[in-house]
Amino acid sequence: MAEDVTKTAEAAIVAGGWAGVRAGVLQALQGSKGYYAALIISGMLFLAAVAAGLHAKYIGTMHAYGASREVPWGILISTYVFFVVTSTGLCLVSSIGHVFGVKDFMPIAKRSVFLSIMTIVAGFFVIAFEIENPLRMAVYNVISPNLTSNIWWMGTLYGAYLFFMAVEFTFLVMNKPRIATAMGFMGVISGIAAHSNLGAVFGMLHGREFWYGPYMPIYFIASAMMSGAATIIFFTWLAYKTNGERMDATMKRALEVTTKVGILLISTILFFTAWKFITGFVGGEGKTAALDLLLTGSYAFNFWVLEVAVGMVIPLALFIVSRGQNLKLIATASALMIFGIFFMRYDLVIVGQLVPVYYELGVNEYTQLLSYAPSAHEIVIVLGGLAFVGLTFLLGEKIFSGHKSEIH
Amino acid sequence: MLLKRIKTEGLKKEDPGIIPDMERRQFLKMGLLITGVFAGGGILSATSIVNRSFASSREFAEKYPYKPHYSMVIHQDRCIDCELCMTACVKTNNVPTYGYRTRILERDDPKAADRKREFIPVLCNQCNTPPCVLGCPTKATYKNASNGIVMMESKKCIGCKTCMAACPYNARYFNEETRAVDKCDFCFNSRLSKGEKLTACAEACPAKVRIFGDLSDTGSEVYQSVHNLEKTVWVLRPEAGAKPNVFYTKG
Repeated sequence: MAEDVTKTAEAAIVAGGWAGVRAGVLQALQGSKGYYAALIISGMLFLAAVAAGLHAKYIGTMHAYGASREVPWGILISTYVFFVVTSTGLCLVSSIGHVFGVKDFMPIAKRSVFLSIMTIVAGFFVIAFEIENPLRMAVYNVISPNLTSNIWWMGTLYGAYLFFMAVEFTFLVMNKPRIATAMGFMGVISGIAAHSNLGAVFGMLHGREFWYGPYMPIYFIASAMMSGAATIIFFTWLAYKTNGERMDATMKRALEVTTKVGILLISTILFFTAWKFITGFVGGEGKTAALDLLLTGSYAFNFWVLEVAVGMVIPLALFIVSRGQNLKLIATASALMIFGIFFMRYDLVIVGQLVPVYYELGVNEYTQLLSYAPSAHEIVIVLGGLAFVGLTFLLGEKIFSGHKSEIH
Repeated sequence: MLLKRIKTEGLKKEDPGIIPDMERRQFLKMGLLITGVFAGGGILSATSIVNRSFASSREFAEKYPYKPHYSMVIHQDRCIDCELCMTACVKTNNVPTYGYRTRILERDDPKAADRKREFIPVLCNQCNTPPCVLGCPTKATYKNASNGIVMMESKKCIGCKTCMAACPYNARYFNEETRAVDKCDFCFNSRLSKGEKLTACAEACPAKVRIFGDLSDTGSEVYQSVHNLEKTVWVLRPEAGAKPNVFYTKG
């Protein structure tokens, strides 16, 4: 029975259009026990996050979250950054193939576009519980825009980005590659604009030495590509693993070239990070205090082990050793990268706030660096965001039959 | 080099390498004498705190963009930490217990020859290039076009807290009751707009620490303090580049 449905779905997908999607929905109802278990667990985590978020709003975020007057941005902001960086990266990596015509990258494109939509929606989901008044945002973002605000540009451009990506995916499913490519191009433009504005949200804060400067927008774009490469490699591998299928030669080739993108971008970010530190140490007392936190202080484990080793150096070594051929090594590397990058975003957002603004004034109130720890509410919301990506990935694989439609 | 020293005066712990106050004043005077009256005007504008920390150009200091241009000069050494200013602020502006619009920081110097501790009142600096206003997505916080006060329009605040992260002076907190970020507005809503001349904190201070007034009025006490060669005047965190309107001095 299941096999019949699969065959029908594949036939429909090849024929193109929404008939395939309909068949895919039917196919989603046919799954192994493990598949259902994963669906239920991620679905429940997602619902728990909704409950935690609503509860936090009800009792007041001041009580529910770990953030404070001095450290107003917590793990929800960093997780939002994590998701939208991943989304932008997926968009950029997928565009190499189906927007800019590099054939080797084409097999991963459709899944990338799908995941880029789901990761940005996850980002919006998480930040909806961080923003105190989302309803006011909906109204005043439109009728009272502040054009000097990077947050405004970022939000507006990401809205446009989501629209273009959604339309692009729709046309990909309908097998209308020309419109899809045009939309993909618009997605790339708005994605880069939105994402550099997100970097600028931090880079334009001239009272915060750790972030201030042109470094952040540039770093954000480069690190988006790194995230995108890791995410598409991991989820492609996972898709084939869960479906128990063998990859064909074109898909293997696609992962091989994406691995090369990964190697290039990890090297770039390592280079950026090294120079960030080297230049930072000739900065003011506040900046060096923040860098010390990462190098030798309470964030040293996060930095050296999670960011540098797990997020970059080990994956880089595995990618190189794998020669783009050994799928197990590649998949392990990409999973490690995603894990490490999550903490990279966390450290970036949190450590930037831990030096009190009056630190250099030498007053008794601020002789120590500040601290932040995520609350249970915040952690559940973060897990819910991750679960949302897992849930939609699982459903997407079935509904869109492994995202296999050919792109010409 | 000398200019640089003056600029950072009061921002660092006492450092024996820095020339003591009196010596610097003498030196400045000597400089004026040596250079002579011809250059006097130029030196005046070069050494006035207004040009260095406050305004982006000389023209700005000569012609203030706001009328009145509200400002506060804080006589740091007069503060005894009685906190009457804080109490008055809380009462006047309905500040909740979990927040504050102004507070008094303290700095110890065990090696000092006179008092071992000094108090530094802080509040919103009503900056001329406020990072909070720059970052706010919905113009919920904005510069009042006539008097330069950094205001809040609570109903527009989405609660993204960018302004809190942006503020170089930790002058903002999220008010659960109004569901908006709250901050000092020099008592504009509670007092100035109703015809009062002083902020609640300035009025409540028994030691005349907080001098409030109009910087564009050459006869005002704040103008006289800021444009006074005899006095060393500084701002907090000039390196943040926000060009604050709250000045600090001693004596």
